[in-house]
Amino acid sequence: MLETIWFLLWGLLWGIYFMLGGFDLGLGTAMPFMAKDEKEVRTVYNAMGPFWNGNEVWLITAGGVTFAAFPTTYAVMFSTLYTPLLMLLFGLIIRAVSFEFRSQVDSPGWRKLWDTCLFIGSFVPALLLGVAFANIFQGIPFDDKGAFHGNLLTLLNPYGIVGGVFFVVAFVVHGLLWLAIRSEGAIHDRAASCLSTAWVVLLAVAVIFLIHTWFATRLYANYLSNPILFVVPLIAVAALLVVRAFIAKQAWWNAWFASSLFILSATLFGVIGLFPNLYPSSLNPNYSLTAFNSSSSPLTLTVMLVVALIFVPIVIAYQTWAYTLFRGKVTDEDLTSEEAY
Amino acid sequence: MDVLWLSRLQFAVATHFHFLFVPLTLGLGLLVAIMETIYVRSGDESYKRMAKFWGKIFLINFGVGVVTGITLEFQFGTNWAGYSKYVGDIFGSLLAIEATLSFFLESTFIAIWVFGWKRLSPKVHCACIWLVAGAAILSAYWILVANAWMQHPVGYVVRGGRAELADFWQVVSQPFAILTWLHTTFAGYIVGGFFVMGVSAYHLLRKSHTDFFTKSFRIALVFALIFSILEVVVGDLHGRAMAEAQPAKLAAVEAQWETARGVPFSMLVIPDEANERNIVEAFQIPKFMSFLVYHDWNAEVKGLKEWPKDERPPVTSVFWSFRFMVGLGFLFPILTLIGWYYRNRLESAPWFLKTMMYAIPLPYIASGLGWFVTEVGRQPWIVYGVMKTSDAVSNIAGSQVAISLAAFILLYSLLGLTAFILIAKIAGKGPAEPAPAVTGPQG
Repeated sequence: MLETIWFLLWGLLWGIYFMLGGFDLGLGTAMPFMAKDEKEVRTVYNAMGPFWNGNEVWLITAGGVTFAAFPTTYAVMFSTLYTPLLMLLFGLIIRAVSFEFRSQVDSPGWRKLWDTCLFIGSFVPALLLGVAFANIFQGIPFDDKGAFHGNLLTLLNPYGIVGGVFFVVAFVVHGLLWLAIRSEGAIHDRAASCLSTAWVVLLAVAVIFLIHTWFATRLYANYLSNPILFVVPLIAVAALLVVRAFIAKQAWWNAWFASSLFILSATLFGVIGLFPNLYPSSLNPNYSLTAFNSSSSPLTLTVMLVVALIFVPIVIAYQTWAYTLFRGKVTDEDLTSEEAY
Repeated sequence: MDVLWLSRLQFAVATHFHFLFVPLTLGLGLLVAIMETIYVRSGDESYKRMAKFWGKIFLINFGVGVVTGITLEFQFGTNWAGYSKYVGDIFGSLLAIEATLSFFLESTFIAIWVFGWKRLSPKVHCACIWLVAGAAILSAYWILVANAWMQHPVGYVVRGGRAELADFWQVVSQPFAILTWLHTTFAGYIVGGFFVMGVSAYHLLRKSHTDFFTKSFRIALVFALIFSILEVVVGDLHGRAMAEAQPAKLAAVEAQWETARGVPFSMLVIPDEANERNIVEAFQIPKFMSFLVYHDWNAEVKGLKEWPKDERPPVTSVFWSFRFMVGLGFLFPILTLIGWYYRNRLESAPWFLKTMMYAIPLPYIASGLGWFVTEVGRQPWIVYGVMKTSDAVSNIAGSQVAISLAAFILLYSLLGLTAFILIAKIAGKGPAEPAPAVTGPQG
């Protein structure tokens, strides 16, 4: 029971990271195509300025919970995905310092350097997260010693690439919605007009991903044996359609919430399909790591559950407060203040 | 080099680099909170400028500290899979709790603090920086409880081929952990205090923003004075706890080869590791080492020869690191006491200001040496007496680690250099001029 609860919480934590970190990764990816001058670039930075750091902590927590609740999975997952994971981390590093460093020196070349870093550090992690999760859904070639039989290219198989593209496009749509919420003027209009096209691309990629999932993975098995679970992917599909409706109405907040629900339920779709596997082996199902054969002791799971039940709601409460505090549009006055990025 | 050595080197690079930023985050965070509190209480705008100026440096430093911390958390899995599997039940949960309790708090409220100057009332705004400083202390607590468990494992049972949690309270409340936490946090406060004093001294010597930097210097002086004196006390307690928990590390730290009673303390020692002896042991104080370690003139001190060679830590490097750290640890209260003597006439002692300017790196060095003693002195164990470092490493290819290590060194060098230049630039430029007082209709 504890293992199952933690399995779901584990999936939920990743889902929240994709939902929150997703829009800032997507916005960083879209920046070169959206921002045409210095003021617009700064609008993009400041649109995610107060949030990106707090969003990233959900990733740290998702990683930490993998370590705490399923240490064997953490050990095997992180060591077999060694190279992509370090690429992801290096990406996040150059991205984070772009925020801090960019405005410190008044030179176009300097700013260009960090803008490039922001783009790479947003695009690469978004892509790699998708590639990694698609490969996890499909199974990773590792043996009973936890050794990886393959290389980086093994992960770049067709399904892995579709997963990566799916993540990038979903995050870009999510990021553009955020930009539409927090910007005004030309860049706002550009984001708004891009969104209709981006949404169609997302729909197409999502359909391809769902169909490909049928052939490449065993995710649907759990759904076929418990059809009630189909409600989760149906929510995802419905949320995606609702996103389109709100885009048409230019109701950006509602569209963003629908997009959040889409990302969250799409993640849960994958996670539920995976159950009880956390990290399936494609070499031999007996090597697969599950919620039951890789979990921590009941005592640790209980202590962690108490901590999570008390503190995660508190975290959500103050992060919500932070979001409401800075929910408005990034104005010229915001950009001229000395603390702006 | 094999996976083990490459991974150890990579972890050493990543941690030491991370720990160039953490202590200043701890110390400067609290100092900025104090400055802003003075502003809120007195309404004196110069303290607001002070909080903003030092806060700007804090932010850059904080940013690099955060991102280099993430790689540490993930490296336990990437490079130390054996370790993660064996101790994840205990160690992993401490890291997860750290993230849940402190990282969210720190990163959310630092953003509110940065962007909230105009949106929040002064009191609420000031509360935000206290939450950031408090979260940093809390974060230090959890990560050091985890480290202390590696040094002195308690509250666990070995079951099903791994260490499992048996008593959570014992893990989080063991005195060794509390002492490690205080020792490290105070070190951060000393780094922060000396940093602010050093930068202020630079400006005072140039007579720029004299009022601003005199005030900054004095706040940092009181702060560093308190914590550098407390650090001597805590360091002593921590050292004695270490002697009890890790006798082999103590023997290495003191280059003590033979077990003996009433051991003298030699001011000058040159260890000769290959021949298991010291080449020089000069200027001895009889029985003083026994007293230092156990507060008993005739106490027995275990020598390194008690342990087989493959269970001893490296001696020479650990010994010298410890000696230099302790030497610096005594220098800090001396310097701050001199500062206290000159506190009301700092400009009259330019030699002292110059000394303090050049003293900025010293607390950093002391911190780094302290961690070297802690981690290298624990070898060959990753969890003292429970798991060897060589059994902890991941089942990965040496080439992978060689490439990532090279990438780490390259990226971190560039990052470190950039952060250093930017911080030096901001620090050297000094605060923004105060906004002109609006006294009447302009123009």
